[in-house]
Amino acid sequence: MKRRQVEEAIFKFIMVCSFLLVASSLGLILFTVIVKGLPSLNWAMLTQTPKGGYYLGKEGGILNAIVGSIYLAGGGTLLALLLGLPIALYLGVYSRKSRISDWVRLSLDVLWGVPSIVYGAFGFILMLAMGMRASLLGGIITLALLELPIMTRAMDEVIRMMPRDLEQASLALGATRMETAIHVVIRQTLPGIITAILLAFGRGIGDAASVLFTAGYTDRLPSGLLRPVASLPLAVFFQLGTPFPEVQQRAYSAALVLTFIVLIISLGSRWLSSRLSRFALK
Amino acid sequence: MNNSKTAWFKTFYNQIRSLLTLSRGGKERFTEKLFLSISLLPVLLIVLLVVALWLRTQPILETQSIWSLLLGQTWHPIKSQFGFLPFIAGTMWVTIVAMVFAVPVCLLSAIYLSEYARASMRMIMKPLLDLLAAIPSVVYGVWGMLAIVPWVQNTFAPFMNKCFSYIPFFAVNNPTGFGIMAGGLVLAVMVAPFIIAITYEVLQAVPTGLRQASLAVGATQWETIKYIVMRQSLPGVIAGVVLGASRALGETMAVLMVVGNVAHMPTSIFDAAYPLPALIANNYGEMLTIPLYDAALMGAALILLLVVLVFNILSTLILRRIVRRSRR
Repeated sequence: MKRRQVEEAIFKFIMVCSFLLVASSLGLILFTVIVKGLPSLNWAMLTQTPKGGYYLGKEGGILNAIVGSIYLAGGGTLLALLLGLPIALYLGVYSRKSRISDWVRLSLDVLWGVPSIVYGAFGFILMLAMGMRASLLGGIITLALLELPIMTRAMDEVIRMMPRDLEQASLALGATRMETAIHVVIRQTLPGIITAILLAFGRGIGDAASVLFTAGYTDRLPSGLLRPVASLPLAVFFQLGTPFPEVQQRAYSAALVLTFIVLIISLGSRWLSSRLSRFALK
Repeated sequence: MNNSKTAWFKTFYNQIRSLLTLSRGGKERFTEKLFLSISLLPVLLIVLLVVALWLRTQPILETQSIWSLLLGQTWHPIKSQFGFLPFIAGTMWVTIVAMVFAVPVCLLSAIYLSEYARASMRMIMKPLLDLLAAIPSVVYGVWGMLAIVPWVQNTFAPFMNKCFSYIPFFAVNNPTGFGIMAGGLVLAVMVAPFIIAITYEVLQAVPTGLRQASLAVGATQWETIKYIVMRQSLPGVIAGVVLGASRALGETMAVLMVVGNVAHMPTSIFDAAYPLPALIANNYGEMLTIPLYDAALMGAALILLLVVLVFNILSTLILRRIVRRSRR
């Protein structure tokens, strides 16, 4: 009798320890990035583009990368939304359970797992085929492909959770499925849809491997859809690659900026969706 | 020229107009068709990914057999020698080390959260795992360089060297700390939120009735977990682990930054390695300047894609069956 309880106590202790280990690793990452990144973070870094000799440790900042990343992720998210929302509505309203929607869901799940470097390689092939060079547009297209499954599946889950009564009430009143989708389903699931959009945006802004091939890098602010554009993850990566400690210091600060943006998005979407869910019918 | 342009514009304009003046039923039919065709894009995209990469890999397959590529050990792009084996081995070493660390910890955490933890604990868990999953891979890489690599170099490797140096598997031939061990540890933390979330879902899908029956005949909670819950959820747990492994396989930046990037066959967990994604990311710049180099790198991407596709399709199908059963 005793032995069984001791075994349980031991395993319970190990379980708590492993959970704490996972939880503390988050704290450890944030701690490391803040401690290393904060000292060289200053106003000039956030508001200036790299000046001559920046990569040797001279003056300048990473504004080009911050703006570039926002353009890239913003464009990618918008494009993914244009495709993802119709897919989610089709899966949720038009064809909830059918062979086609099964296939679409499976392919979205599979696409979710495809590594971003593969998307990068595919985007590169696409650009070669279209005769394009590394550019903002190429980066946006590649990021949209990367974000599409994440966003769509998140929306699909929310729409599926919605009470069917609402939808049926709308249909019973004579609304078409499109009218139901736009006036009832989207309105009711808006908090979830916004969470899905921000989730995809956060994933897009942090991804480096896919824009490495397709967006290029530049020290200037983004100037056009067909010009190369800088991005924060690559700013971190390239600055770490230089042999100068001052520049590496800036890479840590850039990593801090990136982490900060991503955390704000993650926490902000939680706050926003709880604010907005007051307007949904319970 | 100008004329044809205006004609094209007119047809386009008329199309839009006729769309706007459609009856409600007409709009409904139109949107259904439109939404259906957009929904088929993901299916098409998978096919396109495979076909595009395969076509770009063709040039190298025409000069060398697939086996000499997969099993070749020399990598000399200038001499047109492309042996992928060191990179495939590197990918596998890093992934396996990551899974060895991640799986027990994640499993135990998920069991704790699903079976023992209070509701308040679960409320904390969700945002915590979301945050951990939201951190970009470059930031994981920076953390790896700043925290993990020095720890492996100064603490872990010397300790293993002192205690287990007679096992070749743990021999320390690489004093820098950049290597499979560091890459595996960083990856383990990266895939943890992922594996925990899936395993938690799977454990929650085990019917409460089964647990209650086991508790009713006098089993302790741990015995119930060991004999009932774990046995019921085993396929799902395996599927979750496989999904996590396929994440680890394709992870690029974080691994690239800490794994050392030396193209050789690793023999110890402290050796440097050069996984496939790192190979692609490091050499994209010069790949168009050396003949067949681009085909070789696209081949590397194709290998990754195919392995990940197989892993993902199998485990998604298993998971789907489990979750569907529980929702019924």
